[in-house]
Amino acid sequence: MKALLEAESVGHSYPGGQLGCEDVSFRLYPGEVLGVVGESGSGKSTLLGCLSGMLEPSNGIVRFDVGGQGLRDVFSLSEPERRLLMRTDWGIVRQNPRDGLRMNVSAGGNVGERLMAVGARNYGNIRNEALDWLTRVEIPSSRVDDLPRTFSGGMQQRVQIARILVSKPRLIFMDEPTGGLDVSVQARLLDLLRGLVRDLGVAAVVVTHDLAVVRLLSDRLMVMRQGRVVETGLTDQVLDDPQHPYSQLLVSSVLQA
Amino acid sequence: MNSQAFHSVDGTYNFAYLDEQTKRMIRRTLLKAIAVPGYQVPFGGREMPMAYGWGTGGIQITASIIGKDDTLKVIDQGADDTTNAVSIRRFFQRVSGVKTTEETQKATLIQTRHRIPEKQLTENQILVYQVPQPEPLWKLEPREVETRKLHAYSEYGLMHVKLYEDISRHGEIITTYDYPVEVNARHIMSPSPIPKFDNPKMAMMPALQLFGAGREKRIYAIPPYTRVRSLDFDDHPFEIQRFEDPCALCGAEGVFLDEVILDDKGDHMFVCSDSDHCRERRAAGHAGHRASDAASIGFVSSEGEA
Amino acid sequence: MTQKSLMLQVRNLRKTFTLHGRGGVQLPVFNDISFEVSAGECVALIGSSGSGKSTLLRSLYANYLPSAGEILVKHHGEWVDIASVEARTKLEIRRETIGYVSQFLRVIPRISSIDLISEVAISGGMSSEIAIEVSSALLRRLNLPEHLWNVPPATFSGGEQQRVNIAMGLVRPYPILLLDEPTASLDASNRESAIELILEAKSRGAAIIAICHDETARDRFADRLFDVSQFKAAA
Repeated sequence: MKALLEAESVGHSYPGGQLGCEDVSFRLYPGEVLGVVGESGSGKSTLLGCLSGMLEPSNGIVRFDVGGQGLRDVFSLSEPERRLLMRTDWGIVRQNPRDGLRMNVSAGGNVGERLMAVGARNYGNIRNEALDWLTRVEIPSSRVDDLPRTFSGGMQQRVQIARILVSKPRLIFMDEPTGGLDVSVQARLLDLLRGLVRDLGVAAVVVTHDLAVVRLLSDRLMVMRQGRVVETGLTDQVLDDPQHPYSQLLVSSVLQA
Repeated sequence: MNSQAFHSVDGTYNFAYLDEQTKRMIRRTLLKAIAVPGYQVPFGGREMPMAYGWGTGGIQITASIIGKDDTLKVIDQGADDTTNAVSIRRFFQRVSGVKTTEETQKATLIQTRHRIPEKQLTENQILVYQVPQPEPLWKLEPREVETRKLHAYSEYGLMHVKLYEDISRHGEIITTYDYPVEVNARHIMSPSPIPKFDNPKMAMMPALQLFGAGREKRIYAIPPYTRVRSLDFDDHPFEIQRFEDPCALCGAEGVFLDEVILDDKGDHMFVCSDSDHCRERRAAGHAGHRASDAASIGFVSSEGEA
Repeated sequence: MTQKSLMLQVRNLRKTFTLHGRGGVQLPVFNDISFEVSAGECVALIGSSGSGKSTLLRSLYANYLPSAGEILVKHHGEWVDIASVEARTKLEIRRETIGYVSQFLRVIPRISSIDLISEVAISGGMSSEIAIEVSSALLRRLNLPEHLWNVPPATFSGGEQQRVNIAMGLVRPYPILLLDEPTASLDASNRESAIELILEAKSRGAAIIAICHDETARDRFADRLFDVSQFKAAA
């Protein structure tokens, strides 16, 4: 089976020499969920930026299986190619849904945008598909014409997810997907994500500081500290039998409810 | 080719106000605009002797292409006698001495605010539009860095989102003026705040259409005989406005009508927005059911005030 | 059945925990463990508490990382060392070859017990209708009351959770089964059902490694015993 995403010694430093991340390598296969955990300053957000085509790495290469034609350096693509990729085959679920939604466009319009962006021109069909997706993310159909600012944080997050999944991406990136949400809302969202990811066979990279999130969502885990990956393995193995001192510290620091 | 050895009527300005270098700069911009139909070309707009929002873009285009043998018509909302139309016409009379007219078919150059004349234009005519906001996407995407990319990469899904929103809120696309069009199957363009009724006239028009936005400093164009399509959905096709009654003065049907309030008791009538068209029809003997009120509205014809 | 085919080979396995948080103190668990299990055979791990039975079982599932040695698994007809192979293959082995009945049920919020079990069946290629049927039949055999089937197991008793665990491990015909105290917290009749299911798995050819402190139950399905405490690592 071909890899979907490949990172080869990916690193990024900020102007002024500040290190973002360094020497990260891995391969992600279709349907796999990779968790990336670390505390503030670990470099996980920088890594996410590099992997998702937003930040060009200072070192190393990020490759994606573009159009099923084999791995290609994401930053060697022309800007329109990369933008098209990010609108169709990829999705980025942002921590703050306001960054991932058009707040002055209805929920239905938000979800339908990716369809219209690739040429859908039948209003009825677009609306039906938007309704279908809103139902899948457990938003009542009656809210299809409402603006996202009238939604709770959890609902906004779910609209963001529907907006991305409508284009049937093969890879999604999630940046602290449950950040800022109440605990019960988090549980519901995670459960939804888990189900959707499994049902759709989507591969995902989930960046978070929350070990419970990766425990639930990811098959594999990378632990980052000060810009480097200190441990990698199956999620349950890294959490149940951490090898690296920092991983052990992280795991033992989690408060038991 | 040296400049016209003609100064304005009082001798203080170059012919048509702008200096020749500026005219050449604008003409170069116009050539670029014509080469890429519907694409907004930035240009170095000059400070004109009227404020932004009063047609400075259209005036700069007209000033750059007008020649001493031209005949200029200026309309505002279809009428030659509104304040703006009168002011602009007088401006050009003063700085160029060029012949002016109110009759569409006699004009070689027509500057317009917010309407296209009802009369079919010819290959010998140029239509110059005044544009307040050239960017059709600006309400949805205010960042110019982003809209430039959207146009460059033909990423027009967002435009359809706007139409989708209209239908979801109102059951139909409610935009009735400045209705976005796709030009030459490539660029999406704002046709300026003309009523959507006029959109079909832009398609395959024999005349050259030029658009100027003075405040935003953009020029764009539609060459003669170019495909222009108003955006819509397959199941919500583009439709123009329909009027129930003909023009009350000349009886014309299938033309854009303005509502005119006659007194403070609510008496009103619908008359041709295109004043020249109405005058021409009445001169030919056509009459609407309130033809006798023509005088009360003060339709006055003037030609070539010097 | 004439020739038994080998399904699992453990070779020179060692596990030592290093606790960096405690100054790097080392906790050796076992050293130099080797054994084999064939299809249709059940090996029961025995040894005193703390001897590493659970650690060994978890290592076989790649939940713990061995310090040295190999764990060879017959996966899709080939021998694969689950301890050293890449993550993708480990996940594939868990999907296709090795089933695990743990002692504690990992609770996923909002998923009902019937769905937890049928998800496993569906991952094995069953259609969702058949998966629900098979899962229901299994829960019926394990005497889990039907009103609990559509409820997430978070609020279940230990015995009820254990029965969901067993169903999840046995709904698919995994070639290799790891059972960690499968009958603990079950009453006599439920224990009997569990034992029957384990025997059925054996007779269809599963290679089973089990930990079971209940000797009576253990003697029903274990073919041999493997004493982990014999391999206690030197401190």
